[in-house]
Amino acid sequence: MTQTEHQKTYPDIWKKFTPGQTLLRYFFYMLAVLIAVWALSDLDITWFYFLDAHKQIADMTVRMWPPDLSFITNLTTPLIETIHIATLGTAGSVIIAFPLAFLAAKNTTYNALTWFIGRLILVTSRSVNTVVWGLLFVAIFGPGPVAGIWAIAFRSIGFVGKLISEAIEEIDPGVVDAMEATGASRLQVLMVGILPQVMPVIVGTTVYRWDINIRESTVLGFVGAGGIGILLYSSINQFLWREVTLTLIAIFCIVILSELLSAMIRNKIS
Amino acid sequence: MNNPVVDKSAALPKWERIKIINSPRVRLLLFGLIIFYLVVTALTLEVDWGRIANGLPRAGKMFTGMIPPDMSRLELMFSGILESVQMALAASLFGMILAVPIGICAASNLVPRPVYLAGRSIIILTRTFHEIIIAIFFVKIFGFGPLAGVLTLIVAGTSFIAKMVAEDIENMPPGHLEAIRATGASFPKLLLYCVAPQILPRYLGVSIYRLDANIRHSTVVGIVGAGGIGQTLAATFSRYDYDFSCTILIAIISLVFLGEIFSSWIRSYLR
Amino acid sequence: MSALPLAGLTLNRNTERYRALKSLPTMLELQNLSKAYPNGTKALDNVCFTVDQPQVLAIIGPSGAGKSTLIRCINRLVEPTSGRALLHGTDVCTLNKSGLRKIRRRIGMIFQEYNLVERLTVMENVLSGRLGYVGFWTAYRRKYPAKDIRAAFELLERVGLAGTHNSRADALSGGQRQRVGIARAVIQAPDLLLVDEPTASLDPKTSRQIMRILVELAHERNTPTLINIHDVSLAHMFSDRMIGLCEGKIVFDGPSNQITPEVLTRIYGEEDWSTTIKKENQEESTPASETSAGNKDLRGEAATG
Repeated sequence: MTQTEHQKTYPDIWKKFTPGQTLLRYFFYMLAVLIAVWALSDLDITWFYFLDAHKQIADMTVRMWPPDLSFITNLTTPLIETIHIATLGTAGSVIIAFPLAFLAAKNTTYNALTWFIGRLILVTSRSVNTVVWGLLFVAIFGPGPVAGIWAIAFRSIGFVGKLISEAIEEIDPGVVDAMEATGASRLQVLMVGILPQVMPVIVGTTVYRWDINIRESTVLGFVGAGGIGILLYSSINQFLWREVTLTLIAIFCIVILSELLSAMIRNKIS
Repeated sequence: MNNPVVDKSAALPKWERIKIINSPRVRLLLFGLIIFYLVVTALTLEVDWGRIANGLPRAGKMFTGMIPPDMSRLELMFSGILESVQMALAASLFGMILAVPIGICAASNLVPRPVYLAGRSIIILTRTFHEIIIAIFFVKIFGFGPLAGVLTLIVAGTSFIAKMVAEDIENMPPGHLEAIRATGASFPKLLLYCVAPQILPRYLGVSIYRLDANIRHSTVVGIVGAGGIGQTLAATFSRYDYDFSCTILIAIISLVFLGEIFSSWIRSYLR
Repeated sequence: MSALPLAGLTLNRNTERYRALKSLPTMLELQNLSKAYPNGTKALDNVCFTVDQPQVLAIIGPSGAGKSTLIRCINRLVEPTSGRALLHGTDVCTLNKSGLRKIRRRIGMIFQEYNLVERLTVMENVLSGRLGYVGFWTAYRRKYPAKDIRAAFELLERVGLAGTHNSRADALSGGQRQRVGIARAVIQAPDLLLVDEPTASLDPKTSRQIMRILVELAHERNTPTLINIHDVSLAHMFSDRMIGLCEGKIVFDGPSNQITPEVLTRIYGEEDWSTTIKKENQEESTPASETSAGNKDLRGEAATG
C-alpha cells in the first residue's frame, strides 16, 4: 500500500453561489443603481446650487449663533400648546380608534363588510400625513390649535386602531369561549374577556403614539394648525435666525423628554 | 446532590390579571389626573368658538367642492406623483448606503467611546427634528425644488436605518465578535464576517420599510417647497381648488397604499 | 478506510512541523500574569507556568476561579493588568494592534457557545479561521487559496462533518457546531489552541466525542492545547497535565494521573472527593472500548508513519 493510492484528494474550489446566483445578485445591484440614477437625473435638480452650498451653510451658522435667549418668553406658551395638541389629539384618536379596532379585528367584527370598512378607515387615516390632515382641518376650522388637534387625532386613529385590532386578534380565544358558554352578554364578554387582555397594548400604543405626536405637532404650525411651528415658521420667514436656534433647542428638549418619558412608561408596562 | 437544583417554579410565570399599576388607589388617582388634565387643557386652549361653529358648514362646502374630483389636470398630478416617487427612490438608496457607517459608529460594542458618542449624537439630532423642519433648512440652502426634498429624505432615512443597524449590532452576542477577533482578523474583516451576516436580513427589511416611509414623507416635504406632490397639494389648498385637492389626496392614498403592499410583499419574500 | 491515508498525510506534514517547534525554547510561558477587573476583583494573581512540549493541558477550578480570564489573557481578548505571556519567545502583552493580529493568527480558540457566524455556511465558518491570512477582497469574494479550501474539506471530514459544508451553521446541532468550531480553530494551523469550556453546553456523550476529537487533533498536529474545563472526570480522562486554579492562583500543576482527593480539596474546597475519583476510575475503563473506533486514525497514523 503506497501512500498515493490512499491519498484522498479534496476539492480545492468552493463557491458559495452558483454563477447564476452571482449574476442575479449583480443584476439587483445594477438595478438599484440604475433606478437611483434615473430618479436623480429625471428630477428637476439644480446641481449648480451645490457650488455655493458650503457658503450658505457657513453663513447660516454664523447668523444662527448665539441663540437669542430673550426670545424664551415668547416660547413658553406655544410650547405648552404643542404638548396640549399632541395630548388631546392622542386622547381623541384613542376614543375614536377603540370601537374601530373591534370592527377591524377579524374575531370581533360582525361580517366581512364591517371588517372591510374598519380596515379601510384605518388605512385611509394612516395614508394621509399629519400635515396634510392639518391642511384639511385648517381649511375647515380656520388656523389654530383645534385644527391641529383634529389633524393629530385623524392621523393617529389608523396607527392606534391597527395595533389594537392586531392585539384583539391575538387574544386567548379560550377565555372568550368560556365566557360565552356561561351565557354572558356581548358587552360582558367585551369588558371581562377581551378588554383586560388588550389593555396593556392600548396603554402602550397610546403612550408611544403620544411621543410621536409631540414630534409631529412641532410642525403643524407650518400649515397654521397651532403650536410652536407657527413661531418657527414666522422666525424663519423673517430671517431671525437666532430666534430659530432657540426654538430648535426648545423643540429638541420637549421631543427628547417626551421620548424618555414614553420609553419609561412602556418599560414599566412590559 | 452536588448539582444545582433548577428552581422550576421560578421559570414558570405565575398567571395573574395583568395590571399596570398595582395599587387601585394610585390607579384611580392617575386616571383622575389624566382626565383632569385633558379637561383643563381643552378648556384653556385659545379657541375661537365662532369659527369652529362655522366649521361644519364650511366642511360641508369643502366636501361638496371636492366632489366630483377634478380629473382635468391629471398630467400635472402624475408629474407630481412621479417626482415624489423618484425622490423617495433616490433618497432610499443613498440613505441605505450612508446608514451603514453611521450605524457602525453608533454601536457601543464595536467602536471606541468618542466615536460612539459622535455617532449617537448624529442619530439623535437628526431623529428629533421632524422632516419638515429639516426640509425648511435645505430649502433655505439649496433653494426650492426636489433637491431639498431628496436631501431631507436622505437625512431622515439615514438616521432611521442607522439607528436600527446600531441596535442590531449591539444585540449581537459578544462571543461572536470574540471568535472572529481571535482568528486575528482586522476590523474590516470583522465587519464582513461577523457584523454583516448578523445585520443583513433586518437591514434589508428596514431599508425596504424606509422606502415605503420615504414615499409617505415625500408627499409632505413639498408643503415647505421641497418638491413632490405635496407642493402641488399645498398650492391647491391655498387656491381653494378643492376638487383638484381631492384628486391629489386620492392619488396620495393610493400611492401610499401601493407602497405599503410592495414593501410588505418584498419583506415577506426576504424572510 | 478513508481515514487511514488522511492520517498519514497529516503526520508527514506534522513531523516537519514538530521538528521546527522542538528547536524553539518554550512553546508558551506565562510569567506573573495578573488581571484585576475595574471593580476590584482579582481574577488572576501572579500566574506562572510553562508549556515546553505539545501536550493537552486541562485547567480546572471552581466557577469564578479565573479560568476563562486566564485563557483570554493569552490572546488578549482580555487585557492582562501585569505580567508576561510568551508564545515562542514573543511577549503577547506588549504587542501593538497589528502585532497582536499576527500573533492571534497563530492561536486558535474554541468557545463554549461555539460562536459560529450563524447565518453563514459551515464552509465560510471554517474558512473564517484563515481570515488573518487573506486580504479583505479575498475574504469578501470568498476566493480563498486552493490549499485553504482543501484543508477545510479535509478538516470537515476529520471532525465528522463531511458533506455539510453548504449547510448554514444555525441548522446544525450543538455537537456539530462545536465540531465546526474546532475545524475553524485548527485550520489556522495554530501554535497554540485555547479551548474555553468546550463541553459545557453539550450532553455527556457528545462531550466525550468532542473532547476525543480535540485531543486527537492536538496530538496529531503536535499543538499544545489549553482546555478550561469544569468537569474533573473529563479533564482527568483526556488531558496529559492539569493545572488547578483557585481564586486566581495556581494551586496544582502536574500530570493528570497525580490528581488525588487532597488536590481536589485544595482546588475546590472541602468535600468528599473519594467517590468522585472512584467514579472516575470506573469511567476510565469504559472509554477504552468506546474509543476504539475513534482511535483508528491514531493507529493508522502509527502504521503509515
